[in-house]
Amino acid sequence: MENRFEKRFAELARRNEGGFVPFVTLCDPDKETSKKILDSLVKAGADALELGFPFSDPSADGPVIQLADKRALGSGAKTSDFFDCISYIRQKNPDLPISILVYANIVCAHGLDTFFKMAADSGLDAVLIPDVPVGMLHTSGDFKQAADRHGVNLVLIAPPNASEQTLEQIAKTTGGYTYVLSRFGITGTDKAFGKPVKVIKRLKELGAPVPILGFGISTPEHVKEALKTGAVGAIAGSACVKIVAAHLDDVPLMLSELEKYVASMKAATRA
Amino acid sequence: MTILNPFFGKYGGQYVPEVLIPALDQLEKTYVEVRHDPSFWREYHDLLNEYAGRPTPLTPCRNLTRGTKTRIYLKREDLLHGGAHKTNQVIGQALLAKRMGKTRLIAETGAGQHGTATALISALMGFKCRIYMGAKDIDRQKPNVFRMRLMGAEVCGVEKGSGTLKDACNEALRDYAANFENTHYLVGTAAGPHPFPTIVREFQKVIGEEVRFQIQQLEGRLPDACIACVGGGSNAIGMFDDFLDSKVPLYGVEPGGRGLKTGLHGATIEEGTDGIFFGAMSKNLQTEDGQIKESTTISAGLDFPSVGPQHAYLGETGRVKYVNATDLEALEAFVLLSEQEGIIPAVESSHALAYAIRMMRENPDREQVLVVNISGRGDKDIFSVSKYLEDLGCIRADGSIDTAPLRRKD
Repeated sequence: MENRFEKRFAELARRNEGGFVPFVTLCDPDKETSKKILDSLVKAGADALELGFPFSDPSADGPVIQLADKRALGSGAKTSDFFDCISYIRQKNPDLPISILVYANIVCAHGLDTFFKMAADSGLDAVLIPDVPVGMLHTSGDFKQAADRHGVNLVLIAPPNASEQTLEQIAKTTGGYTYVLSRFGITGTDKAFGKPVKVIKRLKELGAPVPILGFGISTPEHVKEALKTGAVGAIAGSACVKIVAAHLDDVPLMLSELEKYVASMKAATRA
Repeated sequence: MTILNPFFGKYGGQYVPEVLIPALDQLEKTYVEVRHDPSFWREYHDLLNEYAGRPTPLTPCRNLTRGTKTRIYLKREDLLHGGAHKTNQVIGQALLAKRMGKTRLIAETGAGQHGTATALISALMGFKCRIYMGAKDIDRQKPNVFRMRLMGAEVCGVEKGSGTLKDACNEALRDYAANFENTHYLVGTAAGPHPFPTIVREFQKVIGEEVRFQIQQLEGRLPDACIACVGGGSNAIGMFDDFLDSKVPLYGVEPGGRGLKTGLHGATIEEGTDGIFFGAMSKNLQTEDGQIKESTTISAGLDFPSVGPQHAYLGETGRVKYVNATDLEALEAFVLLSEQEGIIPAVESSHALAYAIRMMRENPDREQVLVVNISGRGDKDIFSVSKYLEDLGCIRADGSIDTAPLRRKD
């Protein structure tokens, strides 16, 4: 299968640009609005999308994304609706790299094989499961094998405190990209991001897929700083979701604010 | 790679973000180091005996069993310092935290018993302490909230989600992910990611070890059943562990809430399905889509839609039988023990007692020796129980209590 993440980031490198990857929660605040949000993100220049599957107990997420998950689930949306949104944006954008962040319980509830088949059918490139560390990939069924069977990349998170052994395993296993954690803690913009220069350098030496930095990134200035760490792209989640949350009663304004924001973040990736 | 097996059959594991793995590795390594270190266990047992008041007695019921051939013995964890079995294992974990050089303890709490235990050990050993507690639980367990604050702990109300124990667990995990360098997450039950279920069991198994010795002294034989309530399952695994290699029937009593048929309960092992929550593969109450449901029970300490992974395993192998007692049955047991034995049990422990009473009533002529773990004392519950009893029409005009409405079968 062609790897859209690798392809897109190779193109960006040729143009001497970094990548900007916005993150929003699927079906937040509801399925129809969510599709419009995805359109806006792409229209404004997103190089790839990372999309959150709402979960009742998102223990790796801060308050902004917790509330987004709650709104989405409150709208009655279910797993099939989340995948519908992905199919929708995939059909309109055949070359766009798309990944999801999904908690392990949702994957397990459907059965690993069924879930990754649904992921492949919807046109997803990659799946990131934040509560399955590399040491647990081959337990409770085998997450990695199930992903491989359906040609879906499994994205792993490399935190700043990972041991050498863990980094080696991550470099070997992660597919599409490597999610480099900028700092400890949970998602959110209240704590500044860190600069894990050493981790990124080591991942590159180990031949890991492209490093993209996440956690605590919310301004164009952050994007510029993030790209100086050696990362090839930056992810902003809570900052995007905040814009959604601020304009729930005025969707056209929400969309135009999102577009403005994404365009400014994307502009910061051009040196 | 973990040093110890993180699984109990297919249950357990370490399903947490990668960033927490070094902290869990450090905890496991420290625990493995002290396992065979006599100086560690001497300090642990000295604190258990001299500070917390072990061993706790095994008290025969004098009046509750009258007219039957059942003998019920109560394991009196309610007499432990702090008012519940929780003190056993906070001593162990606090000693581990000290060895790891941590200066701050955080914990989740439901009924406030584990929060109280964490607060008292923090006061004793000089840790900074923050307790996460669901907003709904803060409301129904007020006395414990003040006890924690009195002992210097910061109590953080969690409004998110259902405002109960599971949300407090999520919030504590979030704190841990940000602060593990100086902070130990003192998990309060035999659940969560490896190595917590194992460590908590090892620091609670003193309960069952004492019971086994005491019942031999009193009866000259093993009991016909050991019964304990199960929320996350720490008092139950503490009671059961020493009996697992015996033939003694073991009963774990989950909160039946309004009754299993209503769907409003916390009977995770009886009604739940396999899934990953709070760092482990276990049985959860959840939708087909994998969203965690809220549990329902009058007991804040049992209000948890998951269960410790070793219990899920023991349920699967059949070594432990998991049953339930409803809100009404637990309330009746709460009142009966108070009225007939002068002992006010925690509303959590009342679930275990309710099941023993059911066994006694079903076979009044059977000679049977039942051991019930009274995991905590009920002083913390008196305000909420008095309100429940009033709402259920159990308070007579003169203020005395009538349990008849609690025995109504709907």
